[in-house]
Amino acid sequence: MGSTPSDGGNAVILRNAAVRRGGRTIWSHGDFSIPRGTVTAIVGTNGAGKTTLLDAELGLVPLSSGSIEVLGTPAGQSNRRIGYVPQSYISGLDSTITARQSVVLGLTGTRFGIHFVTRAERSRAEEVLEFVGLADKADYRLNELSGGLRQRAAIAQALVGGPELLLLDEPLANLDIASQRAVVELLARLNREWDMTIQVVAHDLNMLLPILTGAIYLLDGHPHYSSMNSVLDSKLLTHLYGTRVEVVTTPQGDMFVTPNVRLEPEGREQDTHDVREAALFHHHDAGNGNGEDR
Amino acid sequence: MTIQFAFDPEWASVLTAPFMLNAIKAGLLISLAAGIMGYFTISRHSTFAAHALAHIGLPGATGAVLLGLPVSLGLGAFALGGALVIGALGKRVADRDIATGTVLAFATGLGLFFARLSSSASQQMQSILFGSILTITDDQIMGFAIFDAVLLLVLAVIYRPLLFSSLDEQVARAKGVPITLMNVLFMAIMAGVITIAVPAVGTLLIFALVVTPAATASMLTRSPFAAIVVSCVLCLVSIWGGLVLSAMFPTPPSFVIVTLSTLLWAVAKLVCRER
Repeated sequence: MGSTPSDGGNAVILRNAAVRRGGRTIWSHGDFSIPRGTVTAIVGTNGAGKTTLLDAELGLVPLSSGSIEVLGTPAGQSNRRIGYVPQSYISGLDSTITARQSVVLGLTGTRFGIHFVTRAERSRAEEVLEFVGLADKADYRLNELSGGLRQRAAIAQALVGGPELLLLDEPLANLDIASQRAVVELLARLNREWDMTIQVVAHDLNMLLPILTGAIYLLDGHPHYSSMNSVLDSKLLTHLYGTRVEVVTTPQGDMFVTPNVRLEPEGREQDTHDVREAALFHHHDAGNGNGEDR
Repeated sequence: MTIQFAFDPEWASVLTAPFMLNAIKAGLLISLAAGIMGYFTISRHSTFAAHALAHIGLPGATGAVLLGLPVSLGLGAFALGGALVIGALGKRVADRDIATGTVLAFATGLGLFFARLSSSASQQMQSILFGSILTITDDQIMGFAIFDAVLLLVLAVIYRPLLFSSLDEQVARAKGVPITLMNVLFMAIMAGVITIAVPAVGTLLIFALVVTPAATASMLTRSPFAAIVVSCVLCLVSIWGGLVLSAMFPTPPSFVIVTLSTLLWAVAKLVCRER
């Protein structure tokens, strides 16, 4: 644990990073840094390159320009210190392996040759299963667990190696509200008690809102980072999602709502913006030097 | 015409015949290979690819007869070629059932074409399609034993990474498991297992020997290692049981082997549903 001097206390640093795939630029001009100990959402419309950003941070996708530094090393070199939970954890759906075994594999799965699982590894797996609240269901097969519990098993597998950074791709997708809340609470505890730096790809920010310290938004082909205050802007969000989004302050905290224009009375204007206009929103982001878009 | 399903009172003497002894040895060696790889085939969702490999091997088998080469050599070469292509393309591409199915059908047709080019290939067609465990030679058994030894050796080295990449390819890739190598190795070993299992039940019935016992084992056990052991045992029960029953009631062994394997699976399925 602890940050090396070169990263200045940042978990992730992008410098003019760009990714091309199949001759098409997915996004470019990624220029920001994310401090350790933060919880960051990655938001953007479908196909904006949210998962690609995770892949780039893991060094699984080559950059066409610029650089990404993760946990003080170039992307891909610190993956052992990163916990990764890919989208929807499809493999668990018909996997007959138990939750405990999948967690143990998170520790031992990269080892070639004959190794027996040590007592220390077993107790580490036990500890993590306890933390995510699966201790009593550790011997259930993954295909016997509900979506929410399967998601927790996936998180346990990602945690067992003792990562400093946790990357989750749509961890709340296809979960009922109670399960979504349980996963969010788990992430909050991880951040609070283990000081885990967390990045979450998400479609719906509402559930995550209470625990977020900032967000990376993929807008007009560029990833931007900003702290939570400036993301909570209805004009920006409206542009971000391509549909009208309003921020409503409720007794429970801020909420995003997306009114259906077709159901509204005539004459109400939908608040969308062209690229030039939207670029102005990025000036919200003072303090980390990427106010300029080009 | 009457269907003959008579009890053979001399069955015990049939069991001690040299050809039966070879079949029993072969059964043990085939069970070991099929049981182990069956588990990985299921956990990697590659059952259809495994089935397809047997059919891709068919033109190799009949082509080898045409050229006067050993059947296993042609079968193995074609299955391995198909395996390397499927493995290199990756798991997701291998799941493209339509492409795989089309190649499978074409290969089967080609196998028939080669078979019709010579009378000896034509004669062997039946045993390639449906197996002929009672004609297995000493040389074949030696080949099976060598293959099993190699299989155990390779698996001892790649067991955990192979398991990890079967459970979740994306996470395994992020953690540095060489996914393409795992895919290619898995498919190459699969081609070998197909090559040694075809003499027992033939290309058409291979699913019941490589996939079905492993599926039954997965229902009955909760750890990968236990599933592999049980899968091997179920495979062995099917083959040895098939040999004994087909000696008692003269029937094609392949038929009884496949029937036993299917029955065990059906019973396990029912029992697990009851719970």
